[in-house]
Amino acid sequence: MKISFPYMGTSHIVISYLLEQLGHEVIYPPVPTKKTLSLGVQYSPEFACLPFKILMGTYLEAVEKGADTILTSGGCGPCRAGYYGELHKRILHDMGYNVDMIVLEPPLVSPLDFFRQSHKLIKKRGWINLARVFRIAWRKLQALDDLESTLHKLRPLALSKKQITQVYEDGLELIRQANSVKEVDEARDEALTNLQQVPADHSFTPLRVGLIGEIYVVLEPFANHDIEKILGDMGVYVHRSIFLMNWTKNNALTHGEEGEKDIRTAAIPYLNQLIGGHGQNSVGEVVRYAEKGFDGVIQLAPFTCIPEIVAKSIMPAVSRDKGIPVLTLFLDEQTGKAGITTRLEAFLDLMKEKRRIKQEVS
Amino acid sequence: MQVYLGIDVGSVSTNFVVIDEDGNVLVDLYLRTRGQPIQVVQDGMRQIEEAVAGKNLEICGVGTTGSARTLTGVVVGADTVKNEITAHAVAASFLVPNVQTVLEIGGQDSKIILLRDGIVVDFAMNTVCAAGTGSFLDHQAARLNIPIEEFGSLALQSRSPVRIAGRCSVFAESDMIHKQQMGHTAPDIIAGLCDALVRNYLNNVGKGKEILAPVVFQGGVAANVGIRAAFEKALGVEVIIPEYFSVMGAIGAALLAKSAVKEKGQTDFRGFAISDMHYQASSFECKGCPNLCEIVNISVDGEILARWGGRCGKWETMRKTG
Repeated sequence: MKISFPYMGTSHIVISYLLEQLGHEVIYPPVPTKKTLSLGVQYSPEFACLPFKILMGTYLEAVEKGADTILTSGGCGPCRAGYYGELHKRILHDMGYNVDMIVLEPPLVSPLDFFRQSHKLIKKRGWINLARVFRIAWRKLQALDDLESTLHKLRPLALSKKQITQVYEDGLELIRQANSVKEVDEARDEALTNLQQVPADHSFTPLRVGLIGEIYVVLEPFANHDIEKILGDMGVYVHRSIFLMNWTKNNALTHGEEGEKDIRTAAIPYLNQLIGGHGQNSVGEVVRYAEKGFDGVIQLAPFTCIPEIVAKSIMPAVSRDKGIPVLTLFLDEQTGKAGITTRLEAFLDLMKEKRRIKQEVS
Repeated sequence: MQVYLGIDVGSVSTNFVVIDEDGNVLVDLYLRTRGQPIQVVQDGMRQIEEAVAGKNLEICGVGTTGSARTLTGVVVGADTVKNEITAHAVAASFLVPNVQTVLEIGGQDSKIILLRDGIVVDFAMNTVCAAGTGSFLDHQAARLNIPIEEFGSLALQSRSPVRIAGRCSVFAESDMIHKQQMGHTAPDIIAGLCDALVRNYLNNVGKGKEILAPVVFQGGVAANVGIRAAFEKALGVEVIIPEYFSVMGAIGAALLAKSAVKEKGQTDFRGFAISDMHYQASSFECKGCPNLCEIVNISVDGEILARWGGRCGKWETMRKTG
C-alpha cells in the first residue's frame, strides 16, 4: 500500500511515523504551496471552502507521486466537512485516479466502520504491533504540542526570530527521528532546552492573544498566512485554542471529552447547542480567554464556513459582556498578505491602547 | 515653523497633508495613484515642495499610511509607518474629539471604527468583496455617463428609489441595468444604489456593531451626498463629514509622525531631493521552493533599499534602510 495523507500543522510527523511502523510505504505530499492551491481550486466545486480545496490539491499532488491510498479523517457534526472525504474520492475517481480512500470516523460514534477502516491499515503487522507504536506516536504528539506551546511563549521575546524558527524546526526533526518512548522524551527535552537558550528580551510583557476558529485553518500555516509566526514576530504571545493532542483525544477517539465540555459549557449562555464544526467551541473559547485575562482573540474561518459565521455574529455580545476585543478573519484563496497585516497591526494598536488605559486606571 | 507631512497611498488615491504643531492643515493634496505608487509619491513631493517654498516651513517629521505605506516609507524615509485603520481613527478623534463611530469608505475598502472615550475599541474592514466602495461607484457613474461629482446630488432628486441588490457588485450592476431597461429614471436608480450600498455596508462591515453618535463619515466616498443621505436615513442620526474628509488618513499619519518625532528626537525624512532620485521597483520569482514567491526589490540609483514579498523571510532580511 502506497499511502498518503493531508498536511495539518505538524501532525504529519506522527501520522507518517504510525503508517511506516504499520508497514506501509508513505508517500509524502509536497507541503501545500500556491501550486497546490491552484490545482485544488481547479478541480473543486467553486462553493466549497478553502480546506476542501487545499486538500483536493494535496491529494492530486500525492497521486501524481504514486500514492494508491489516501488516509483522511471524517466528521459527524452538521458541518459539510464530514462529506469531504467521500466527495474527494469521487472527484479523484472521475478524474481517472483509482485510489482507495480510508476515511476514519470517530470510533465511539461509528465503532464498526472505524474497525473496518483501521483494520485495512493494521492487518499487515497486527494489533500487538499497533499497541507498541501507538504508545510512541502518542508520546510524539505530546512532545510536538509541548514544543509548539513553548515556541508560542518564546517567539515574541526572542531577539532573533530567524534563530528561534531554526531551533524550533531542528527540534521537530529530533522528534521525528525518535524511535522509542525514551528517545522521544530525550528529543523533547533537548528541543525544549535549545528553545529556552535562544537569547530573549524579557524587558516587556507581550500582548496575549487567543487564536480560535475552524480547526484546519487554525492548525495549517499555509491556510492562515502563518499567522502565529506573523504575530510572534510582532512580539505577541499567541495561545492556540486547538492543539493536536486535545483534538485527537476529543474527536478522533471519542466525541466530546472533559476539556471540550468545559468550553461548551462556557458557550451555553450565548449558544446552547452544537452547530457543527467548531462554532460552539469558538464562542466558549472567547469566554474562557476573557476570564483568563487575555488582551484579545482572533477568530479564523474559511470563507462561507457556516458554523464560524454563526459564531461570528454572536461575538459582539460576548465581546461586550466580557470586555475582550475579537477580530474575525475570513480566509480564502488570496495569497496577498497585506490585508491580513493591516488588520493585525490595527488590532495590536487597539489592544495596546486598551492595556495602557487599564494600567493607568490601576 | 515646524510642520509635519502625512502621506496616505491608497489603491485609488494618494493624499498628502502638511500640518503645523497644533494640527492645523496648511496644505492638502489629492492625487490619483494610477497604479504607480512611487511615481505619484515623487509627483506629490514636488508639489508639496512648491507649496511650502518661501513660507519658512520646515518638515520635521513624515508619516505614511495606506496599502503602499511600507513602500512609501522606504522612499521618503518615514518616521512612522502606520496601518490606515489606526491613522483614520487618530485623525477622526483629533478633529471631532468626542466621536464614537467612524464610517470610512475609500477606493477599494471600507471600514468601521468604534471609539469610546477617545480609544479604538472595535473595528472591521470589508474582507472578500469590494462592493459599495469608491471604485464601484466610479464604474457605475462612467457606465451611466454621469460625472462622479454629480452622482450623489442626482440621487437626492429621486422621489421613489428603486430597490437594487447590494450584496455583490455584479448582482448590483445587473439589477441596475435591468431596472434601467424597464424605464426607471437615473435619479431613482442611483438613489436605490445608494440605499443598497449603505444597507450592505451596515449589514456586512457594520454587522453587530453598536453605532453611536457622533458619527463621522470620511474617505473619498463621503463626497457623495447621496450616500451620506442614505446613511442618515438608515441610522437616524446626523452624519458629520469633516472638512478634510478625503485626506483623513494622511492627517492621521502626520499626527502620528509628530508624536513619533517627539519621542525619538529627530526625523528620518530623506528630503525633497527624493522626487528627482531614480527609484526602481523590480520583481522576480524566487525559485527556492514551490511557493514561487514574488519578491520585490526597491532600489535607488542602483542601490537596493528594501526587499519584500517572500513567505519565508529570507529576502526581507537583506533589507537595508536608507
